[in-house]
Amino acid sequence: MSLATRTAPGTRPDTATRNRRPRTAGSITWHLGALVVLAVLLYPVVWVIGGSFKPNDEIVGSLNLLPADPVTENYRRLADGIADIPISTFFGNSLFLAVGSVIGVVLSSSLAAYAFAKIGFAGRGLLFTLMIGTLLLPYHVLLIPQYVLFQKLELINTYTPLLLGKYLATDAFFVFLMLQFMRGLPKELDEAARLDGCGHLRTYWSIVLPLCRPALITSAIFTFINAWNDFMGPLIYLNEPEKYTVSLGLKMFVDQDGVANYGGMIAMSLVALLPVIAFFLAFQRYLIDGMATSGLKG
Amino acid sequence: MDTAVTPAPTPAPVTRPAGEAAPAGSPPGGGHPRGRTPTGRARRENLAGYLFMSPWIAGFLLLTAGPMVASLYFAFTDYNLFDAPRWIGLDNFTEMFGDPRWRTSVEVTGWYVVIGTPLKLAAALGVALLLNQSRRGQGFYRAAFYAPSLIGASVSIAIVWRAIFSDGAAVDRGQQLLGMDAGGWIGDPDRIIYALVALTVWQFGAPMVIFLAGLKQVPRELYEAAQVDGASPWRRFWHITLPMISPVLFFNVLLETIHSFQIFGSAYIIGSQGNACGPADGTLVYTCYLYIQGFENSRMGLASAMAWMLLLAVGLVTAVLFWSQRRWVHYEEGAR
Repeated sequence: MSLATRTAPGTRPDTATRNRRPRTAGSITWHLGALVVLAVLLYPVVWVIGGSFKPNDEIVGSLNLLPADPVTENYRRLADGIADIPISTFFGNSLFLAVGSVIGVVLSSSLAAYAFAKIGFAGRGLLFTLMIGTLLLPYHVLLIPQYVLFQKLELINTYTPLLLGKYLATDAFFVFLMLQFMRGLPKELDEAARLDGCGHLRTYWSIVLPLCRPALITSAIFTFINAWNDFMGPLIYLNEPEKYTVSLGLKMFVDQDGVANYGGMIAMSLVALLPVIAFFLAFQRYLIDGMATSGLKG
Repeated sequence: MDTAVTPAPTPAPVTRPAGEAAPAGSPPGGGHPRGRTPTGRARRENLAGYLFMSPWIAGFLLLTAGPMVASLYFAFTDYNLFDAPRWIGLDNFTEMFGDPRWRTSVEVTGWYVVIGTPLKLAAALGVALLLNQSRRGQGFYRAAFYAPSLIGASVSIAIVWRAIFSDGAAVDRGQQLLGMDAGGWIGDPDRIIYALVALTVWQFGAPMVIFLAGLKQVPRELYEAAQVDGASPWRRFWHITLPMISPVLFFNVLLETIHSFQIFGSAYIIGSQGNACGPADGTLVYTCYLYIQGFENSRMGLASAMAWMLLLAVGLVTAVLFWSQRRWVHYEEGAR
């Protein structure tokens, strides 16, 4: 594998030569390498698409990625639901939780980020340290005591335990992401706002939030995807199948000893991925930049 | 370049408008007439600060700090959620250390972290180096390679993984072609963990994106100077690239290691055969056993003790990483 800037021996390594250098051989190798990686990464995705159109007995036995004779029975059988619960219930529940989470995270995290970035209050340093500490804290330490708390409050089998934290800015990653963005905004803006008599609330709502749109969008999409994919939270807190999310619906398939309706399970797995894939296709730039920022400024 | 989220490089010091003095120590709005009385202004700032912080503070006390204290207490009690916790001293810990299933879960998690994390980061760095060349299609590949990170933790992909790695499926047949002993990894308690490792490596896109961002910041002049001196590509990688991206490498190692310790959903589903994390505890990762003890066996005290051991382990690894960074992480002058 050649490294970033390899030049033929003896060539004067100046920028112009590097860009003009004939590089067909290198280019072909490069694309070949990239395509091999792509093929390996895409295999499971193509497999699930192909599998969802295969009859039950062909899914595991056959090595062909695409069905010999595509059938739609898996999708038609999905319409029957799982254990008498229509699939749409699971999707509705997941959608409700995901959208509810997005609203909570965007509001509460941006408030905290604004305070850290723009308000010089006493104790800011201490709170900031605590927040960074929670960034590294394994969630599982809180699992048992949080469950005990919600059990005492009689909130088991409701969505409150799954949503409350989102409205209380407990995911420090998003506070941090927004904070980094706000720090990059020009200072003159909020100084001008202050001279015009804007309080912090006005400055936050009318000036900083609109300017932070990219960071808000990144946080919103990550939150949606995390909530959509979440498995442990719903597994612990929900115990009535009518309240189950898509993840738990899929788990019901797995538990049912999937052989009988293997195709249905594969079809639902694919459908469950679609919202995430759609978000990715629409907003990949925001997601990748958000990821990159977290590493550079971390 | 992609600066949609990346904060602009620190703006040059703002030249203040003429007539407005720049009072040292009170940056924003310092010259404003209303801000003349420091105590009044400071009080307003404090009030505003704590109002804005109130959701976070409530969340921190109610959902983080409080539960941590409670958890520490539960760890020394026998607690089944319905009867009051009963203080039993260190019994939970002695039971835990003597439990062969607990030791299995430590082993499984250890293997997963020790094999999975380096492989994932090596893949991420290798592909990032490949993608760092400016060629057509670079942006497409970057996006496509990143995508698995978004769906990899889902139940859907865990189900797909079960199928691909089961007896007679693609991976098994591939092994047969290579003349290796076959039989699928999913049914084999010793090999199922490697299906889980493959799943984490499949998600190398997230650290790759971070590596790429770091690689973009390495000044071209360094490579050009090294080439004049006749340094080989390997030497350039070892002496320029690696030191220059070491802060990003450190960040990735830290984050991925901490994440690996916490794997749950995929392990639960991949190994699930009527019971969580089977077969024969092949994917009984630590959090899976914690879940079983806490929520299937209602051993809240024991599970809390287990959680604290996990925190201790993660804390220890984090401390070692931070301690070691003095030796191998190079921060640019003034970059921090």
